[in-house]
Amino acid sequence: MALDKATVARIATLARIKLPEAEQEHLAGELSHILTWIEQLNEVDTSGVEPLASIAAADLPMREDVVTDGNCHDDILTNAPAASGGFFTVPKVVE
Amino acid sequence: MTALTELTIAEARDALRAKKISARELTEAYIAAVEAARPLNAYVTATPERALEMARASDARLAKGEALPLEGMPLAIKDLFCTDGVPTSAGSRILDGFKPPYESTVTGNLWRAGAVMLGKTNMDEFAMGSSTTTSALGVTENPWRRRGDNCPLVPGGSSGGSGAAVAARAAIAGTGTDTGGSIRQPASFCGIVGMKPTYGRCSRWGIVAFASSLDQAGPMTRSVRDAAILLKAMAGHDPRDSTSAPNPVPDFEAALTGDIRGMKIGVPEEYRIDGMPAEIETLWQRGIEWLKAAGAVPVEISLKMTKYALPAYYIIAPAEASSNLARYDGVRFGLRVPGRTLDEMYENTRGEGFGAEVRRRILIGTYVLSAGYYDAYYLKAQRVRARIAADFAEAFQRCDAILTPTAPSAAFPIGEKQDDPIAMYLNDVFTVPVNLAGLPGISVPAGLSSDDLPLGLQVIGRAFDEETMFRVASVIEAAAAFKARPPFVAGEA
Repeated sequence: MALDKATVARIATLARIKLPEAEQEHLAGELSHILTWIEQLNEVDTSGVEPLASIAAADLPMREDVVTDGNCHDDILTNAPAASGGFFTVPKVVE
Repeated sequence: MTALTELTIAEARDALRAKKISARELTEAYIAAVEAARPLNAYVTATPERALEMARASDARLAKGEALPLEGMPLAIKDLFCTDGVPTSAGSRILDGFKPPYESTVTGNLWRAGAVMLGKTNMDEFAMGSSTTTSALGVTENPWRRRGDNCPLVPGGSSGGSGAAVAARAAIAGTGTDTGGSIRQPASFCGIVGMKPTYGRCSRWGIVAFASSLDQAGPMTRSVRDAAILLKAMAGHDPRDSTSAPNPVPDFEAALTGDIRGMKIGVPEEYRIDGMPAEIETLWQRGIEWLKAAGAVPVEISLKMTKYALPAYYIIAPAEASSNLARYDGVRFGLRVPGRTLDEMYENTRGEGFGAEVRRRILIGTYVLSAGYYDAYYLKAQRVRARIAADFAEAFQRCDAILTPTAPSAAFPIGEKQDDPIAMYLNDVFTVPVNLAGLPGISVPAGLSSDDLPLGLQVIGRAFDEETMFRVASVIEAAAAFKARPPFVAGEA
Protein backbone atom coordinates (compact mmCIF):
# COMPACT_ATOMS: atom_id res chain seq x y z
CA MET A 1 0.00 0.00 0.00
CA ALA A 2 1.51 3.31 -1.01
CA LEU A 3 0.59 6.22 1.22
CA ASP A 4 0.59 9.68 -0.29
CA LYS A 5 1.47 12.92 1.39
CA ALA A 6 -2.16 13.87 1.90
CA THR A 7 -2.91 10.59 3.69
CA VAL A 8 0.09 11.06 5.97
CA ALA A 9 -1.11 14.57 6.79
CA ARG A 10 -4.59 13.20 7.54
CA ILE A 11 -3.27 10.46 9.86
CA ALA A 12 -1.05 12.99 11.62
CA THR A 13 -4.09 15.15 12.27
CA LEU A 14 -6.02 12.16 13.60
CA ALA A 15 -3.06 11.39 15.89
CA ARG A 16 -2.72 15.08 16.86
CA ILE A 17 0.92 15.21 15.85
CA LYS A 18 2.17 18.33 14.14
CA LEU A 19 4.09 17.28 11.09
CA PRO A 20 6.01 19.95 9.17
CA GLU A 21 5.13 19.73 5.49
CA ALA A 22 8.77 19.21 4.63
CA GLU A 23 8.72 15.86 6.48
CA GLN A 24 5.47 14.52 5.04
CA GLU A 25 6.96 13.34 1.77
CA HIS A 26 9.77 11.44 3.49
CA LEU A 27 7.39 9.86 6.01
CA ALA A 28 5.01 8.83 3.24
CA GLY A 29 7.87 6.87 1.67
CA GLU A 30 8.91 5.29 4.96
CA LEU A 31 5.41 4.31 6.02
CA SER A 32 4.62 2.92 2.57
CA HIS A 33 7.73 0.76 2.75
CA ILE A 34 6.68 -0.62 6.15
CA LEU A 35 3.06 -1.21 5.08
CA THR A 36 4.16 -3.02 1.94
CA TRP A 37 6.33 -5.30 4.06
CA ILE A 38 3.41 -5.88 6.45
CA GLU A 39 1.17 -6.92 3.58
CA GLN A 40 2.89 -10.29 3.32
CA LEU A 41 0.30 -11.24 5.96
CA ASN A 42 -2.13 -11.60 3.07
CA GLU A 43 -0.34 -14.85 2.18
CA VAL A 44 -1.70 -16.41 5.39
CA ASP A 45 -4.98 -18.25 5.25
CA THR A 46 -6.95 -17.03 8.25
CA SER A 47 -10.41 -18.12 7.16
CA GLY A 48 -12.32 -19.37 10.17
CA VAL A 49 -9.66 -18.11 12.60
CA GLU A 50 -10.95 -15.90 15.41
CA PRO A 51 -8.88 -12.76 16.07
CA LEU A 52 -6.75 -13.04 19.21
CA ALA A 53 -6.59 -9.76 21.13
CA SER A 54 -4.80 -10.99 24.21
CA ILE A 55 -3.37 -14.10 25.82
CA ALA A 56 -4.76 -13.12 29.23
CA ALA A 57 -7.92 -14.79 30.46
CA ALA A 58 -10.78 -13.24 28.52
CA ASP A 59 -13.08 -12.78 31.51
CA LEU A 60 -12.26 -9.71 33.52
CA PRO A 61 -12.06 -10.25 37.27
CA MET A 62 -14.88 -8.77 39.34
CA ARG A 63 -14.44 -6.92 42.61
CA GLU A 64 -16.61 -5.25 45.20
CA ASP A 65 -17.94 -1.89 44.06
CA VAL A 66 -16.17 0.16 46.72
CA VAL A 67 -13.81 3.12 46.72
CA THR A 68 -10.22 1.82 46.64
CA ASP A 69 -8.34 5.01 45.85
CA GLY A 70 -8.65 8.74 46.20
CA ASN A 71 -7.77 11.71 48.39
CA CYS A 72 -4.72 12.35 46.23
CA HIS A 73 -5.86 15.56 44.56
CA ASP A 74 -2.59 17.37 45.19
CA ASP A 75 -0.50 14.41 44.01
CA ILE A 76 -2.38 14.38 40.73
CA LEU A 77 -1.74 18.06 40.11
CA THR A 78 1.97 18.04 41.02
CA ASN A 79 3.00 17.15 37.47
CA ALA A 80 0.59 19.49 35.69
CA PRO A 81 2.29 21.84 33.22
CA ALA A 82 -0.36 24.40 34.18
CA ALA A 83 -2.89 24.33 37.02
CA SER A 84 -5.06 26.87 38.72
CA GLY A 85 -7.48 26.70 41.63
CA GLY A 86 -7.06 22.95 41.93
CA PHE A 87 -7.71 22.26 38.22
CA PHE A 88 -5.65 21.53 35.13
CA THR A 89 -5.75 24.50 32.81
CA VAL A 90 -5.79 24.46 29.00
CA PRO A 91 -6.21 27.08 26.27
CA LYS A 92 -9.73 28.47 26.11
CA VAL A 93 -12.12 26.17 24.21
CA VAL A 94 -15.34 28.21 24.38
CA GLU A 95 -15.74 31.81 23.37
CA MET B 1 38.24 -11.90 48.10
CA THR B 2 36.43 -11.19 44.84
CA ALA B 3 35.56 -7.57 44.16
CA LEU B 4 32.12 -6.84 45.59
CA THR B 5 30.77 -5.94 42.17
CA GLU B 6 31.69 -9.37 40.80
CA LEU B 7 29.31 -11.19 43.14
CA THR B 8 26.07 -12.64 41.83
CA ILE B 9 22.85 -12.11 43.80
CA ALA B 10 23.14 -15.66 45.14
CA GLU B 11 26.73 -15.08 46.29
CA ALA B 12 26.03 -11.65 47.78
CA ARG B 13 23.03 -13.10 49.63
CA ASP B 14 25.29 -15.66 51.30
CA ALA B 15 28.03 -13.13 52.06
CA LEU B 16 25.52 -10.70 53.60
CA ARG B 17 23.90 -13.35 55.76
CA ALA B 18 27.28 -14.67 56.88
CA LYS B 19 28.14 -11.03 57.79
CA LYS B 20 31.23 -11.18 55.56
CA ILE B 21 30.04 -7.97 53.92
CA SER B 22 27.49 -5.32 54.81
CA ALA B 23 24.72 -3.97 52.60
CA ARG B 24 26.35 -0.58 52.96
CA GLU B 25 29.68 -1.85 51.59
CA LEU B 26 27.96 -3.54 48.68
CA THR B 27 25.88 -0.46 47.88
CA GLU B 28 28.85 1.89 48.16
CA ALA B 29 30.83 -0.29 45.76
CA TYR B 30 27.98 -0.07 43.27
CA ILE B 31 27.45 3.67 43.73
CA ALA B 32 31.12 4.07 42.75
CA ALA B 33 30.57 1.71 39.81
CA VAL B 34 27.56 3.73 38.61
CA GLU B 35 29.83 6.80 38.59
CA ALA B 36 32.65 4.95 36.83
CA ALA B 37 30.22 3.68 34.18
CA ARG B 38 29.14 7.17 33.14
CA PRO B 39 30.86 6.94 29.74
CA LEU B 40 28.35 4.22 28.79
CA ASN B 41 25.34 6.48 29.51
CA ALA B 42 23.60 3.41 30.91
CA TYR B 43 21.93 5.37 33.72
CA VAL B 44 19.78 8.42 33.12
CA THR B 45 19.23 9.11 36.82
CA ALA B 46 21.39 7.94 39.71
CA THR B 47 19.85 7.79 43.18
CA PRO B 48 22.87 7.29 45.49
CA GLU B 49 21.26 8.87 48.54
CA ARG B 50 18.17 6.73 48.30
CA ALA B 51 20.43 3.70 47.76
CA LEU B 52 22.40 4.39 50.94
CA GLU B 53 19.22 4.91 52.93
CA MET B 54 17.84 1.59 51.66
CA ALA B 55 21.15 -0.14 52.41
CA ARG B 56 21.05 1.17 55.99
CA ALA B 57 17.60 -0.34 56.43
CA SER B 58 18.93 -3.61 54.96
CA ASP B 59 21.82 -3.68 57.43
CA ALA B 60 19.40 -3.08 60.30
CA ARG B 61 17.27 -6.05 59.21
CA LEU B 62 20.35 -8.22 58.66
CA ALA B 63 21.57 -7.38 62.17
CA LYS B 64 18.24 -8.56 63.58
CA GLY B 65 18.36 -11.74 61.53
CA GLU B 66 15.31 -10.62 59.57
CA ALA B 67 16.82 -10.60 56.09
CA LEU B 68 14.35 -10.34 53.22
CA PRO B 69 14.77 -12.33 49.97
CA LEU B 70 16.60 -9.55 48.06
CA GLU B 71 18.14 -7.91 51.10
CA GLY B 72 20.71 -5.27 50.13
CA MET B 73 20.79 -6.07 46.39
CA PRO B 74 21.63 -2.90 44.39
CA LEU B 75 19.49 -2.83 41.25
CA ALA B 76 19.27 -0.84 38.03
CA ILE B 77 15.67 0.04 37.11
CA LYS B 78 14.63 0.67 33.54
CA ASP B 79 13.27 4.19 33.21
CA LEU B 80 9.90 2.79 32.16
CA PHE B 81 8.98 1.82 35.74
CA CYS B 82 7.32 4.63 37.68
CA THR B 83 9.32 5.29 40.82
CA ASP B 84 7.84 7.46 43.55
CA GLY B 85 9.43 10.92 43.50
CA VAL B 86 12.19 9.87 41.08
CA PRO B 87 12.06 11.18 37.48
CA THR B 88 10.60 8.67 35.02
CA SER B 89 11.15 9.58 31.38
CA ALA B 90 10.50 6.45 29.27
CA GLY B 91 13.39 7.88 27.24
CA SER B 92 11.07 10.57 25.91
CA ARG B 93 11.10 14.35 25.84
CA ILE B 94 7.35 14.28 26.28
CA LEU B 95 7.76 13.07 29.88
CA ASP B 96 10.22 15.87 30.59
CA GLY B 97 10.17 16.65 34.30
CA PHE B 98 7.67 13.90 35.18
CA LYS B 99 8.05 12.61 38.74
CA PRO B 100 5.48 9.92 39.48
CA PRO B 101 3.72 10.35 42.83
CA TYR B 102 3.46 6.54 43.05
CA GLU B 103 5.53 3.38 42.69
CA SER B 104 5.00 0.65 40.07
CA THR B 105 3.87 -2.66 41.51
CA VAL B 106 6.99 -4.51 40.32
CA THR B 107 9.48 -2.01 41.80
CA GLY B 108 7.37 -1.80 44.96
CA ASN B 109 7.63 -5.58 45.23
CA LEU B 110 11.42 -5.34 44.86
CA TRP B 111 11.81 -2.71 47.59
CA ARG B 112 9.53 -4.71 49.88
CA ALA B 113 11.88 -7.66 49.26
CA GLY B 114 14.79 -5.57 50.56
CA ALA B 115 16.38 -4.49 47.25
CA VAL B 116 18.25 -1.19 46.85
CA MET B 117 17.65 1.28 43.99
CA LEU B 118 20.84 2.52 42.29
CA GLY B 119 19.05 4.54 39.65
CA LYS B 120 17.07 4.52 36.43
CA THR B 121 18.45 3.21 33.16
CA ASN B 122 18.27 4.39 29.59
CA MET B 123 16.06 2.81 26.95
CA ASP B 124 14.70 3.34 23.47
CA GLU B 125 11.97 5.96 23.60
CA PHE B 126 8.79 4.35 24.97
CA ALA B 127 10.57 0.97 24.63
CA MET B 128 10.27 1.17 20.84
CA GLY B 129 13.57 -0.04 19.47
CA SER B 130 16.32 -2.63 19.52
CA SER B 131 19.38 -0.44 20.03
CA THR B 132 18.86 2.12 22.85
CA THR B 133 19.71 4.81 20.32
CA THR B 134 16.27 6.46 20.13
CA SER B 135 16.24 7.83 23.69
CA ALA B 136 15.83 11.58 24.13
CA LEU B 137 18.49 11.22 26.82
CA GLY B 138 21.22 10.06 24.47
CA VAL B 139 22.66 6.81 23.17
CA THR B 140 23.83 4.01 25.48
CA GLU B 141 27.05 2.19 24.62
CA ASN B 142 27.62 -1.52 24.96
CA PRO B 143 30.57 -2.29 27.30
CA TRP B 144 31.66 -4.91 24.73
CA ARG B 145 33.86 -4.20 21.71
CA ARG B 146 34.76 -6.26 18.70
CA ARG B 147 38.26 -7.67 18.96
CA GLY B 148 40.81 -5.11 17.73
CA ASP B 149 38.13 -2.52 16.99
CA ASN B 150 37.16 0.34 19.25
CA CYS B 151 33.98 1.21 17.35
CA PRO B 152 31.17 1.73 19.91
CA LEU B 153 28.39 -0.85 19.66
CA VAL B 154 24.73 -0.74 20.63
CA PRO B 155 23.71 -2.61 23.80
CA GLY B 156 20.54 -3.78 22.08
CA GLY B 157 17.19 -2.55 23.24
CA SER B 158 14.94 -1.37 24.35
CA SER B 159 16.27 -2.30 27.84
CA GLY B 160 19.84 -1.46 26.76
CA GLY B 161 20.64 0.71 29.77
CA SER B 162 19.94 -2.12 32.20
CA GLY B 163 21.78 -4.55 29.91
CA ALA B 164 24.90 -2.38 29.73
CA ALA B 165 24.81 -1.60 33.47
CA VAL B 166 24.58 -5.26 34.50
CA ALA B 167 27.25 -6.37 32.01
CA ALA B 168 29.64 -3.60 33.10
CA ARG B 169 29.18 -4.51 36.79
CA ALA B 170 27.41 -1.23 37.48
CA ALA B 171 24.44 -3.08 39.05
CA ILE B 172 24.15 -6.53 40.55
CA ALA B 173 21.05 -6.99 38.39
CA GLY B 174 18.43 -4.92 36.65
CA THR B 175 14.86 -4.79 35.53
CA GLY B 176 13.73 -4.57 31.94
CA THR B 177 10.51 -4.81 30.02
CA ASP B 178 9.94 -6.93 26.94
CA THR B 179 7.24 -6.25 24.35
CA GLY B 180 8.93 -7.93 21.38
CA GLY B 181 12.37 -8.89 22.69
CA SER B 182 13.42 -5.81 24.67
CA ILE B 183 14.89 -7.86 27.55
CA ARG B 184 16.21 -10.89 25.68
CA GLN B 185 17.91 -9.16 22.73
CA PRO B 186 19.92 -6.68 24.87
CA ALA B 187 20.80 -9.56 27.22
CA SER B 188 22.19 -11.45 24.22
CA PHE B 189 24.09 -8.36 22.98
CA CYS B 190 25.54 -7.64 26.45
CA GLY B 191 26.44 -11.20 27.46
CA ILE B 192 24.00 -11.48 30.36
CA VAL B 193 20.85 -13.41 31.23
CA GLY B 194 17.53 -11.76 30.36
CA MET B 195 14.14 -13.27 30.99
CA LYS B 196 10.61 -12.40 29.83
CA PRO B 197 7.98 -14.07 32.02
CA THR B 198 4.63 -15.45 30.90
CA TYR B 199 2.21 -12.66 30.07
CA GLY B 200 0.37 -11.94 33.32
CA ARG B 201 3.15 -13.16 35.64
CA CYS B 202 4.27 -9.62 36.57
CA SER B 203 1.90 -6.72 37.09
CA ARG B 204 2.03 -3.98 34.47
CA TRP B 205 0.64 -1.41 36.91
CA GLY B 206 2.87 1.66 37.02
CA ILE B 207 4.93 0.65 33.99
CA VAL B 208 4.64 3.19 31.19
CA ALA B 209 2.47 1.36 28.66
CA PHE B 210 3.64 0.58 25.12
CA ALA B 211 1.58 -2.36 23.79
CA SER B 212 -0.53 -3.59 26.67
CA SER B 213 -1.29 -7.08 25.33
CA LEU B 214 2.44 -7.79 24.93
CA ASP B 215 4.34 -5.82 27.63
CA GLN B 216 5.95 -7.82 30.45
CA ALA B 217 8.56 -6.88 33.04
CA GLY B 218 11.43 -9.24 33.74
CA PRO B 219 14.88 -9.66 35.29
CA MET B 220 18.29 -8.96 33.69
CA THR B 221 21.08 -10.67 35.61
CA ARG B 222 24.53 -12.26 35.46
CA SER B 223 23.28 -15.79 36.11
CA VAL B 224 20.19 -17.94 35.57
CA ARG B 225 19.89 -18.44 39.33
CA ASP B 226 19.82 -14.67 39.85
CA ALA B 227 17.05 -14.35 37.26
CA ALA B 228 15.04 -16.98 39.16
CA ILE B 229 15.59 -15.16 42.47
CA LEU B 230 14.71 -11.75 41.03
CA LEU B 231 11.61 -12.97 39.19
CA LYS B 232 10.17 -14.47 42.35
CA ALA B 233 10.30 -11.05 44.00
CA MET B 234 8.94 -9.18 40.96
CA ALA B 235 6.04 -11.50 40.19
CA GLY B 236 2.65 -11.95 41.79
CA HIS B 237 -1.01 -11.17 41.35
CA ASP B 238 -2.02 -7.53 41.45
CA PRO B 239 -5.68 -6.53 41.49
CA ARG B 240 -4.70 -3.20 39.91
CA ASP B 241 -3.76 -4.95 36.64
CA SER B 242 -6.74 -6.86 35.27
CA THR B 243 -4.41 -9.00 33.12
CA SER B 244 -2.27 -9.98 36.10
CA ALA B 245 -2.66 -13.72 36.67
CA PRO B 246 -3.95 -14.95 40.03
CA ASN B 247 -1.57 -17.95 39.83
CA PRO B 248 0.68 -18.65 42.82
CA VAL B 249 4.36 -17.73 42.30
CA PRO B 250 6.54 -20.83 42.52
CA ASP B 251 10.02 -20.95 44.03
CA PHE B 252 11.80 -20.66 40.68
CA GLU B 253 15.21 -21.18 42.26
CA ALA B 254 14.16 -24.60 43.52
CA ALA B 255 13.54 -25.61 39.89
CA LEU B 256 17.27 -25.35 39.11
CA THR B 257 18.02 -29.01 39.71
CA GLY B 258 20.06 -29.43 36.56
CA ASP B 259 18.10 -32.60 35.84
CA ILE B 260 16.63 -32.53 32.34
CA ARG B 261 16.87 -36.26 31.65
CA GLY B 262 14.17 -37.38 29.28
CA MET B 263 12.95 -33.88 28.67
CA LYS B 264 11.95 -33.14 25.07
CA ILE B 265 13.50 -30.02 23.55
CA GLY B 266 11.79 -28.59 20.48
CA VAL B 267 13.96 -27.27 17.66
CA PRO B 268 11.87 -25.20 15.21
CA GLU B 269 13.00 -25.62 11.62
CA GLU B 270 11.53 -22.25 10.61
CA TYR B 271 14.09 -20.46 12.80
CA ARG B 272 16.80 -21.33 10.27
CA ILE B 273 16.33 -18.05 8.46
CA ASP B 274 18.13 -16.79 5.37
CA GLY B 275 21.13 -14.67 6.07
CA MET B 276 21.67 -15.86 9.63
CA PRO B 277 25.43 -15.98 10.32
CA ALA B 278 26.86 -19.50 10.30
CA GLU B 279 28.33 -18.99 13.77
CA ILE B 280 24.85 -18.51 15.23
CA GLU B 281 23.65 -21.70 13.55
CA THR B 282 26.75 -23.46 14.97
CA LEU B 283 26.09 -22.13 18.46
CA TRP B 284 22.50 -23.33 18.25
CA GLN B 285 23.69 -26.81 17.25
CA ARG B 286 26.13 -26.76 20.16
CA GLY B 287 23.25 -25.86 22.48
CA ILE B 288 21.28 -28.86 21.21
CA GLU B 289 24.31 -31.10 21.83
CA TRP B 290 24.72 -29.75 25.39
CA LEU B 291 21.11 -30.58 26.21
CA LYS B 292 21.45 -33.99 24.61
CA ALA B 293 24.57 -34.68 26.67
CA ALA B 294 22.51 -33.84 29.79
CA GLY B 295 19.95 -36.47 28.85
CA ALA B 296 17.34 -34.41 26.99
CA VAL B 297 15.87 -35.48 23.67
CA PRO B 298 15.83 -32.96 20.80
CA VAL B 299 12.69 -33.05 18.64
CA GLU B 300 12.15 -31.27 15.35
CA ILE B 301 9.09 -29.04 15.64
CA SER B 302 7.40 -26.72 13.20
CA LEU B 303 6.36 -23.15 13.94
CA LYS B 304 4.98 -22.43 10.50
CA MET B 305 3.89 -18.86 11.18
CA THR B 306 7.34 -17.68 12.32
CA LYS B 307 7.96 -15.43 9.32
CA TYR B 308 4.62 -13.68 9.80
CA ALA B 309 5.18 -12.85 13.46
CA LEU B 310 7.11 -9.63 12.80
CA PRO B 311 4.65 -8.12 10.31
CA ALA B 312 1.74 -9.06 12.62
CA TYR B 313 3.62 -7.49 15.52
CA TYR B 314 4.16 -4.28 13.53
CA ILE B 315 0.41 -3.89 13.24
CA ILE B 316 -0.59 -4.95 16.74
CA ALA B 317 2.11 -3.13 18.73
CA PRO B 318 1.76 0.24 16.92
CA ALA B 319 -2.06 -0.02 17.09
CA GLU B 320 -1.94 -0.50 20.86
CA ALA B 321 0.77 2.15 21.17
CA SER B 322 -1.19 4.75 19.22
CA SER B 323 -4.02 4.26 21.69
CA ASN B 324 -1.83 4.12 24.83
CA LEU B 325 0.21 7.17 23.87
CA ALA B 326 -2.91 9.30 23.34
CA ARG B 327 -2.56 10.24 27.01
CA TYR B 328 0.45 12.48 26.28
CA ASP B 329 -1.42 15.63 25.50
CA GLY B 330 0.42 18.29 27.46
CA VAL B 331 -2.42 18.66 29.95
CA ARG B 332 -1.72 16.51 32.99
CA PHE B 333 2.03 15.80 33.05
CA GLY B 334 5.24 16.20 31.11
CA LEU B 335 5.96 18.53 28.25
CA ARG B 336 3.53 21.21 27.08
CA VAL B 337 4.23 23.24 23.96
CA PRO B 338 1.77 26.14 23.82
CA GLY B 339 -0.70 26.66 21.00
CA ARG B 340 -3.47 29.11 20.28
CA THR B 341 -6.17 26.46 20.59
CA LEU B 342 -6.42 23.25 22.57
CA ASP B 343 -5.97 21.16 19.41
CA GLU B 344 -2.97 23.19 18.39
CA MET B 345 -1.46 22.70 21.84
CA TYR B 346 -1.96 18.92 21.53
CA GLU B 347 -0.36 18.89 18.09
CA ASN B 348 2.58 21.07 19.05
CA THR B 349 3.23 19.11 22.24
CA ARG B 350 3.11 15.73 20.51
CA GLY B 351 4.98 16.99 17.45
CA GLU B 352 7.91 18.17 19.55
CA GLY B 353 7.67 15.62 22.35
CA PHE B 354 7.85 12.37 20.35
CA GLY B 355 10.97 11.23 18.51
CA ALA B 356 11.06 9.86 14.96
CA GLU B 357 10.49 6.16 15.74
CA VAL B 358 7.64 6.80 18.19
CA ARG B 359 6.01 9.14 15.71
CA ARG B 360 6.34 6.52 12.97
CA ARG B 361 4.67 3.89 15.11
CA ILE B 362 1.85 6.15 16.28
CA LEU B 363 1.14 7.04 12.65
CA ILE B 364 1.13 3.38 11.56
CA GLY B 365 -1.09 2.48 14.51
CA THR B 366 -3.48 5.31 13.74
CA TYR B 367 -3.60 4.27 10.09
CA VAL B 368 -4.28 0.56 10.67
CA LEU B 369 -7.04 1.40 13.15
CA SER B 370 -8.64 4.05 10.94
CA ALA B 371 -11.98 3.59 9.22
CA GLY B 372 -11.76 1.27 6.23
CA TYR B 373 -8.45 -0.35 7.23
CA TYR B 374 -9.31 -1.91 10.58
CA ASP B 375 -10.36 -5.30 9.17
CA ALA B 376 -7.65 -5.52 6.52
CA TYR B 377 -4.81 -4.76 8.91
CA TYR B 378 -5.71 -4.97 12.57
CA LEU B 379 -8.13 -7.90 12.55
CA LYS B 380 -5.95 -9.73 10.01
CA ALA B 381 -2.94 -9.36 12.33
CA GLN B 382 -4.97 -10.63 15.29
CA ARG B 383 -6.02 -13.69 13.28
CA VAL B 384 -2.38 -14.35 12.39
CA ARG B 385 -1.56 -13.92 16.06
CA ALA B 386 -4.09 -16.66 16.86
CA ARG B 387 -2.33 -18.95 14.39
CA ILE B 388 1.07 -18.17 15.95
CA ALA B 389 -0.26 -19.05 19.40
CA ALA B 390 -1.79 -22.24 17.95
CA ASP B 391 1.59 -23.19 16.44
CA PHE B 392 3.21 -23.02 19.86
CA ALA B 393 0.36 -24.89 21.52
CA GLU B 394 0.76 -27.68 18.98
CA ALA B 395 4.55 -27.72 19.38
CA PHE B 396 4.22 -28.01 23.15
CA GLN B 397 2.20 -31.21 22.66
CA ARG B 398 5.47 -32.70 21.50
CA CYS B 399 8.10 -30.97 23.63
CA ASP B 400 8.67 -29.46 27.09
CA ALA B 401 10.77 -26.46 26.07
CA ILE B 402 12.03 -24.90 22.84
CA LEU B 403 15.63 -23.91 22.04
CA THR B 404 16.45 -21.17 19.53
CA PRO B 405 19.01 -18.42 19.03
CA THR B 406 18.01 -15.17 20.77
CA ALA B 407 18.89 -12.79 17.95
CA PRO B 408 20.07 -13.17 14.34
CA SER B 409 23.29 -11.22 14.99
CA ALA B 410 25.67 -9.97 17.65
CA ALA B 411 25.75 -6.30 18.74
CA PHE B 412 26.18 -3.90 15.82
CA PRO B 413 27.82 -0.46 15.61
CA ILE B 414 25.93 2.57 16.87
CA GLY B 415 24.41 4.29 13.83
CA GLU B 416 23.91 1.12 11.81
CA LYS B 417 20.37 0.17 10.69
CA GLN B 418 19.15 3.68 11.57
CA ASP B 419 17.93 4.49 8.08
CA ASP B 420 16.03 1.28 7.53
CA PRO B 421 13.31 0.61 10.12
CA ILE B 422 12.70 -2.92 8.83
CA ALA B 423 16.38 -3.91 9.18
CA MET B 424 16.10 -2.77 12.81
CA TYR B 425 12.83 -4.66 13.32
CA LEU B 426 14.47 -7.91 12.11
CA ASN B 427 16.54 -7.99 15.31
CA ASP B 428 13.46 -9.34 17.02
CA VAL B 429 12.59 -12.09 14.56
CA PHE B 430 13.20 -14.87 17.15
CA THR B 431 11.76 -13.09 20.17
CA VAL B 432 8.56 -11.45 18.87
CA PRO B 433 6.62 -14.72 18.36
CA VAL B 434 7.06 -15.47 22.08
CA ASN B 435 5.37 -12.18 23.06
CA LEU B 436 2.53 -12.72 20.61
CA ALA B 437 1.92 -16.14 22.19
CA GLY B 438 2.37 -14.79 25.75
CA LEU B 439 4.99 -17.41 26.64
CA PRO B 440 8.05 -17.17 28.91
CA GLY B 441 11.46 -16.90 27.26
CA ILE B 442 15.00 -16.51 28.53
CA SER B 443 18.27 -15.58 26.84
CA VAL B 444 21.43 -17.19 28.21
CA PRO B 445 24.93 -16.16 27.10
CA ALA B 446 26.24 -19.22 25.29
CA GLY B 447 29.36 -18.21 23.40
CA LEU B 448 31.33 -15.57 21.55
CA SER B 449 31.19 -14.56 17.91
CA SER B 450 34.33 -14.78 15.76
CA ASP B 451 35.10 -11.18 16.76
CA ASP B 452 34.56 -11.79 20.48
CA LEU B 453 31.01 -10.52 20.99
CA PRO B 454 28.54 -12.39 23.19
CA LEU B 455 25.78 -14.47 21.62
CA GLY B 456 22.74 -15.80 23.44
CA LEU B 457 20.52 -18.83 23.14
CA GLN B 458 16.82 -18.57 23.92
CA VAL B 459 14.80 -21.13 25.85
CA ILE B 460 11.02 -20.83 25.46
CA GLY B 461 8.67 -22.47 27.95
CA ARG B 462 4.98 -23.26 28.26
CA ALA B 463 2.76 -20.55 29.69
CA PHE B 464 3.26 -20.37 33.48
CA ASP B 465 5.95 -23.05 33.33
CA GLU B 466 8.96 -20.81 33.88
CA GLU B 467 10.35 -23.59 36.07
CA THR B 468 11.04 -25.95 33.17
CA MET B 469 12.40 -23.03 31.14
CA PHE B 470 14.76 -22.05 33.98
CA ARG B 471 15.89 -25.66 34.44
CA VAL B 472 16.83 -26.00 30.78
CA ALA B 473 18.48 -22.55 30.81
CA SER B 474 20.65 -23.51 33.77
CA VAL B 475 21.90 -26.59 31.90
CA ILE B 476 22.84 -24.39 28.90
CA GLU B 477 24.56 -21.99 31.30
CA ALA B 478 26.58 -24.72 32.98
CA ALA B 479 27.62 -26.30 29.68
CA ALA B 480 28.48 -22.98 28.02
CA ALA B 481 30.53 -21.89 31.04
CA PHE B 482 30.47 -18.35 29.67
CA LYS B 483 33.14 -16.49 31.62
CA ALA B 484 34.10 -13.79 29.12
CA ARG B 485 34.05 -10.23 30.43
CA PRO B 486 33.43 -7.05 28.48
CA PRO B 487 36.46 -4.83 27.79
CA PHE B 488 34.76 -2.07 29.81
CA VAL B 489 34.06 -2.97 33.42
CA ALA B 490 33.07 -0.17 35.80
CA GLY B 491 35.98 0.87 37.98
CA GLU B 492 38.60 -1.02 35.98
CA ALA B 493 40.87 1.33 34.07
